[in-house]
Amino acid sequence: MLEFRKDYFADERRDDLDVIGKGVQRQDMLGHVTGTTTFFDDHKMAGMGHLKVLRSPHHHARIRHIDVSQAERSPGVRRVIRGADVPRNLNTLLGLIGFGKDDEPSLATTKVRYRGEPIVAVVADSERLAHEALARVRVDYDPLPAVFDVEEALKPGAPTVNDVYPGNAFEYHDRFDHQRVRFGDVEAGFRSADHVLEQRYQMSPIEQAPTETNGSIAAPETNGRFVVYTPTQGLFFSLDTCAKILDVESNALHFVGGTAGGGFGGKVDSLTEPLAILGAMLTGRPVRYVLGREEEMQFGGPRSGERIVIKDGLMRDGRIVARKVTVWFDSGAYTRLTSYGAVKCAAHVPGPYTIPAVHGDFYCVFTNRTPATAMRGFGVTGVDFALECQMDKLAALAGMDPMEFRILNAYRDGDMKAHRREAKNTALVECVQVAAEKARWPIREEFRRASSRTGGGGERARIPPTPKDTSPPKRTAGGSTYTPSVAPPPASSWDRPAASPPATPFQERFAMPPPPPAPMPRPASSQPPAPPPPEPADRREPPPPAAPGPGTTRFSSVFGTRRR
Amino acid sequence: MKTPVQFRLNDQPVAVFVDGGDNLLTALRDGVGDVTPKFGCGQGACGACTVIVEGEPRLACITLAEACEGARVETLAGLRRGPDLHPLQSAFMEHFAAQCGFCTPGMIMAAKALLDRNPRPSREEVVEAIAGNICRCTGYEPIIEAILAAAASARRY
Amino acid sequence: MSRHRGRGMASINYPIGMNLGGDPSQALVHSNPSGKFTVALSSIDLGQGMKQVTRQICAETLGIPIEDVFVDTADSDTGPHCMGSFASRGTHRAGNAVLAAAREARGVLLEAAAEELEVDPGDLETDGRGTIRVRGAPGKSITVKEAAQAGQFKQGRTIAGRGIFLVPLSPVDPETGEMSPATCYAHAAMVAEVEVDDETGVVTVVRLDSAYELGRALNPRMVEQQLVGGAWMGVSHALYETPEPYYPDPKAGGRDFVEYLMPGPGDIAPHDIAVLERPAPDGPYGGKGPGEMCANPVIPAVANAIFDAVGVRMDTLPITPEKVLRALKAQGGARPQHRAGR
Ligand code: FES
Ligand code: FES
Repeated sequence: MLEFRKDYFADERRDDLDVIGKGVQRQDMLGHVTGTTTFFDDHKMAGMGHLKVLRSPHHHARIRHIDVSQAERSPGVRRVIRGADVPRNLNTLLGLIGFGKDDEPSLATTKVRYRGEPIVAVVADSERLAHEALARVRVDYDPLPAVFDVEEALKPGAPTVNDVYPGNAFEYHDRFDHQRVRFGDVEAGFRSADHVLEQRYQMSPIEQAPTETNGSIAAPETNGRFVVYTPTQGLFFSLDTCAKILDVESNALHFVGGTAGGGFGGKVDSLTEPLAILGAMLTGRPVRYVLGREEEMQFGGPRSGERIVIKDGLMRDGRIVARKVTVWFDSGAYTRLTSYGAVKCAAHVPGPYTIPAVHGDFYCVFTNRTPATAMRGFGVTGVDFALECQMDKLAALAGMDPMEFRILNAYRDGDMKAHRREAKNTALVECVQVAAEKARWPIREEFRRASSRTGGGGERARIPPTPKDTSPPKRTAGGSTYTPSVAPPPASSWDRPAASPPATPFQERFAMPPPPPAPMPRPASSQPPAPPPPEPADRREPPPPAAPGPGTTRFSSVFGTRRR
Repeated sequence: MKTPVQFRLNDQPVAVFVDGGDNLLTALRDGVGDVTPKFGCGQGACGACTVIVEGEPRLACITLAEACEGARVETLAGLRRGPDLHPLQSAFMEHFAAQCGFCTPGMIMAAKALLDRNPRPSREEVVEAIAGNICRCTGYEPIIEAILAAAASARRY
Repeated sequence: MSRHRGRGMASINYPIGMNLGGDPSQALVHSNPSGKFTVALSSIDLGQGMKQVTRQICAETLGIPIEDVFVDTADSDTGPHCMGSFASRGTHRAGNAVLAAAREARGVLLEAAAEELEVDPGDLETDGRGTIRVRGAPGKSITVKEAAQAGQFKQGRTIAGRGIFLVPLSPVDPETGEMSPATCYAHAAMVAEVEVDDETGVVTVVRLDSAYELGRALNPRMVEQQLVGGAWMGVSHALYETPEPYYPDPKAGGRDFVEYLMPGPGDIAPHDIAVLERPAPDGPYGGKGPGEMCANPVIPAVANAIFDAVGVRMDTLPITPEKVLRALKAQGGARPQHRAGR
């Protein structure tokens, strides 16, 4: 079922360590099989209140009036919580690293922007009593036109989803409604190509669906602090998010977690912690807020839907000479983490291949659906689907075997990537070779002999001349945002930018070498003595402290100094 | 209005007060304090709450607590005898059949219900026995292997 | 009407750690009075094995038995800051922090031992079984327990260490996208074999063959867990899952576990995996992190296999039977390609 190919890269590895590389038993396994692993909801407390929220039945509506008077008189109700009770009822998760503007309320007050958005919370003596009270809340809505398609949302005249971003797109670098990648001249590449193929792909939203739903239990602790039992995927990330929303110092909160019943990205957003703590603050008792499965599936953020258009220029011999990629991420009604996923996608394009001209536009678009967020591989999984389907089509177009086509175009050590960093420690060629071998998928000798460690660099290490993009930057209205480009440059040696571009046209310089004749690494026995294994910490240069950018700074226990 | 319910939990008599309509999962977790059955959906769709009632696998979240009056109820908390693990527990460990561990209590109880009535199940019978249990982490293969290995192990419990 | 088999492949890479860096993790390692060590983290174990992988890194670095290390991930009061468990950052970031902390603790442990043995700390080595020995002097040794006790009760030393790992935040050029997104990458190639029923549109994954390169596999059994479970999730993403099957039309989606489809234990295909290890120069013992990427190659490999089997391109996920049937109808029936790997 699973085999180790120790013959590959044996000279870069030492396989004689004591416990590293050994399949020893997990520390948590005995707890799992005996049921003694403690999850957040296994903490039981006397006098616990149960919190439930009323959610919008509309995709988009103005809230005219909220009447909670009957709910407040409902049996077993300890407290009804509305938007006005939340100390800072507007937040964006990555505000903690100064990325993006506060755009999402904990409880909606004037407008709802997706079906399922929380409006009113009730703390009652049982979940059932809380539900009964919520049924007595009266909300008057004026339904508004909604938009669900990312390209529709960007058209002039589309309904504005998120007032903080009136153009329905996240704002990058204070001036663009998308993140750009510009590397070489794609238009020249298309002109010179033997084939040009443009295709559209679509990935629907996907749920993280951990078997344990989101939830938390908050309780007053000694010295005015609150303890919070939580399955969050980022203990301090969640703690600081709560401190900000509740306007308390971070040391007023004591988070206990570290063990979650699955996450897959679905427990990054602090969906329940702020209201559970607020409930405990307002009632003085422990408060438990656990999502039911339908809430988790419908209102916990999924991975965003992604629409992807890829245009490639292909030579008859199988080389890809230009790749243009446009991706629209459907962020739903608020930003959460999708803005970041789009930049991760920008860094990933054109996939693990060396292509001399790459052009990318990456949009984070707001629509009237549940805000999207992180999910296992987000920013990459969707575009990988598109890129690899495209690669299959290109191989057919070139009349090549799909495996050999991958190896021909694979990035290798020393190549320049589209984000202008040198490829290192690559192993795509070897993975394709081994997968072919396992599947008994014949590939020709020259491709079996290719290596990630040879054939790269040289001409492939250059940054091609890149024409300036003169298309007017489309900016979304609104105030200024943090611009990552003003952060201090990294000093890490492994990511040094390459030499500046030479003046010759790229087609002449970027001649794809034939698959190199270098032999594949053989088992350790036939190798020269292995060099000592890498010693990570010793080799690292100590990173310089992050210098604060312009603007005032404020200390954050999650991220240290941050700009405001 | 609270109603008293008495049953035998892992061979011990227990009594608990429940609200009308409360399910067995709530009675066990909040009433008795046995938190080994987990809440994964509350709608009978994930199996995280699987317990054994009168020898049959039951989804505690959709089993009325009052209907268990006088019944024999088994949970993962009662599986281990002293320091000795049940063969299913050992096999789950040996096969690395848990990652987050949240589905594990329900998986093991579903498997125990199978092995109690069919000590030598086929792979298909194992698959059928856990078909109502969702695991999001493991891809099921190690779980199926663990249950088959437990059945094959000479050690009877 | 019949069933058609086809094969498809895909190859991918995946960045390790939070995009652009700027995501530190910290660790504290300390010994109790009898030479048993605790690693205090605020990193999260959500099933991926954070506790065990950092435990192994700590034990290896200290040079003591794995049983003598316990990892506590529970508490913001005692565990120092970590950005969290996402972006395949656990092994790389938290692992490096634990490595640094364990190195520092090892330094103190050896100093304490050296003082007892009246030798230079540089002459000491650990045997991984609980003993500290003088190199080249077989008879001269002290147990970790004795050294820890002497350190704490005679010499007044804390046998402890602190560690942090930070990849500094990279800027992003607004015009070109120039940036340093990650310091290392994992790789994979996947072959999927499927069977497509041209009457029902149902696609069955028959088998998977894969090669994953993920840096040094710090614990092969846990790597296997991730790869087997992750590939299952890839099949699920390719063929089953979404809350919005008619996206972007928001109507008619799976609302809960009754309606949201995933492959069950009866729907799994045999999966043959090869693991390649090219150590990451800046990873703890060369480890990268297999967590997120394992589903990614499955999805396109399945889509490409469907094309090989029946000749339709499925460019919209998930590939439901309805979509396959509509595509077959538009094409006028199945057109097996039998192109891949023959
Ligand atoms: S909680 Fe009972 S079946 Fe899911
Ligand atoms: S081990 Fe996580 S759900 Fe099964």
